[in-house]
Amino acid sequence: MGVFNPAFWIFVSVIAGIYAIMALGLYVQFSLAGLPNFGHVAFMAVAAYTMAILAVRYQVPLLWSSLAGIVAAIALAFIFGIPTLRLRADYLAIATVAGGEIIRYLAMNLPDLTGGPVGSMAMLGPTKLAMYNGGWQAMLGAISRAVSSFLGVTLSRDAVMAAIVWILAALLIILIWRLERSPWGRVQKGIREDDVAVAAVGKDVVAFKMQALVLGAVLGGLSGLLLAFQIGVFSPDDFLPTLTFYAYLILILGGSNRIYAIPVGAIAFSLLYSGTRFLNFFPLSLFDSGSRAFLRLFLVGALLVLFMALRPQGLLGDRRQLMLEK
Amino acid sequence: MWQHFAQLVINGVITGTILALTGVGATLVFGIQRIANFAHGEYLTFAAYLGLILNASLGQNLIVATFGAVIGTALLALGLHYLVLRPLRGRGLVAMSLITVGIGLMLRDVVFLVAGPQIRQLAIDQSAVYDLGIVRISPGQAVAIGITLVVAPALAIFLSSTGTGKAMRAVADNRDLAAISGIDIDRIGAYVWILAGGLAGIGGILFAVVQGTFDPNLGYQVLFLIFTTVVLGGIGSAYGALVAGLVLGLIMELSTWSGLAGGLEPRFKPLLAFVTLILLLLYRPQGLFGKARVL
Repeated sequence: MGVFNPAFWIFVSVIAGIYAIMALGLYVQFSLAGLPNFGHVAFMAVAAYTMAILAVRYQVPLLWSSLAGIVAAIALAFIFGIPTLRLRADYLAIATVAGGEIIRYLAMNLPDLTGGPVGSMAMLGPTKLAMYNGGWQAMLGAISRAVSSFLGVTLSRDAVMAAIVWILAALLIILIWRLERSPWGRVQKGIREDDVAVAAVGKDVVAFKMQALVLGAVLGGLSGLLLAFQIGVFSPDDFLPTLTFYAYLILILGGSNRIYAIPVGAIAFSLLYSGTRFLNFFPLSLFDSGSRAFLRLFLVGALLVLFMALRPQGLLGDRRQLMLEK
Repeated sequence: MWQHFAQLVINGVITGTILALTGVGATLVFGIQRIANFAHGEYLTFAAYLGLILNASLGQNLIVATFGAVIGTALLALGLHYLVLRPLRGRGLVAMSLITVGIGLMLRDVVFLVAGPQIRQLAIDQSAVYDLGIVRISPGQAVAIGITLVVAPALAIFLSSTGTGKAMRAVADNRDLAAISGIDIDRIGAYVWILAGGLAGIGGILFAVVQGTFDPNLGYQVLFLIFTTVVLGGIGSAYGALVAGLVLGLIMELSTWSGLAGGLEPRFKPLLAFVTLILLLLYRPQGLFGKARVL
């Protein structure tokens, strides 16, 4: 596909919107509540797999199987959170890194349930093609027809998808923005800066942390579902641990961990990410397309280190927000 | 059935010692530098590929390759300490973790770029089997046993009897008390990276020969086993990590024993380690040997 093909850019914008929702989940956990979740991708994978398994095997309607996917993501948040939230922050980081790998490992090694390395299309065995997103495509088609009959504009299904994803992302960002300025959000920021002080004024610190973890898991699960709907057939390789660090980079790229920076970061990241395929000039032409994927990940790592290094007050610290006199 | 049991014990001890050696490095870094080093797995990968270059490309034998990998990885760890981690210290636990994640991504993808994603193996006969009566071991396992028989006791003596070893344990145990008793924290902080890098170097070579084949994801795949070892032994406890590595290795292998109600399917071994980690965090977060204290 060429640079000037609009279908390509619609595709990029869908992915950017999904990444924005994914990063928003991490924003709630990491930027707002200070919880280092290094296995965000596990929430996405669990939601997507639960939805697909229910839809394919038990013909559960899409709405209910999607809700079940979100519930599964919440359950995973409890599995991560209950043992670790009483402990120092790095224990959560260790548990989530381990959990992210385990979910992917299970998806690889339970081929009867998940389709194994082949992916979701092998869920019913090698002979039958398993599809889970018929309902979603039908809905996109119906919306597309409705739009063209009312407004007289023809929108492709991908354009409808982009609209849905971005409207959803915008609504969720506004919701979290409101939540951040509510008493609940202020308690979360207080815990982030000094949980002992917050506990001393009688707040249940562990419960607040758990709420942030669960809310982030819901958003992560939602982005996992949208990703599954968008790509149609997914495999464990679509939920590599690096996805989590894309989300971190989006938070940091947008600048200073502000919530309005998330869509900016998501768009910037998606442009960088999908734009690299057009960068064929020297010296990038020295790398073939396979190596360029690794080069891209190397840059993700380098940017993480660089941004962390260049922010001397630390990523999370914003004490001014909490001080009485500014 | 008992033959199977003996075989699993051998396998478990081998995997366990590798985890124990790398775990000691990681736990001392954790205790002394206050860093959960998410790049630790990549140190193993780096070592395995360094060994591969020396062994396969330059035609050195496995002993030379191991020495080279140990020295190279120790220098890598020390270099990253002085170039990145030391200048950035004091950023807080979470920020430092994210920095080590970034370092890990960079290291892993440099290996991917330089060596390519294909599966590699060290120059060691993969098909041969030594029959020792009731158990059979591969040449890779024999090498692993040989190396650990030298390294594990040496490490234990280093930690228990040398001044530097004692100082390391003291700093990991209580930084402030160690400092006022005259231990140079900065110097120990550099030494611990040399030790952790060297042990990761041995661990990387051992995983490479025991598994037979490896790719640049070698280290990342065992990172959470190393962390489980560290938590199991109690963060900062070197002896704890030595025992915990063995325990974890034996638990994972023996769970597949046919005498145990048919045994667990081998593909669920990593899941067992994860369950161990979660149960541990729930009921004994200070680990088997760590002291219970407010974290």
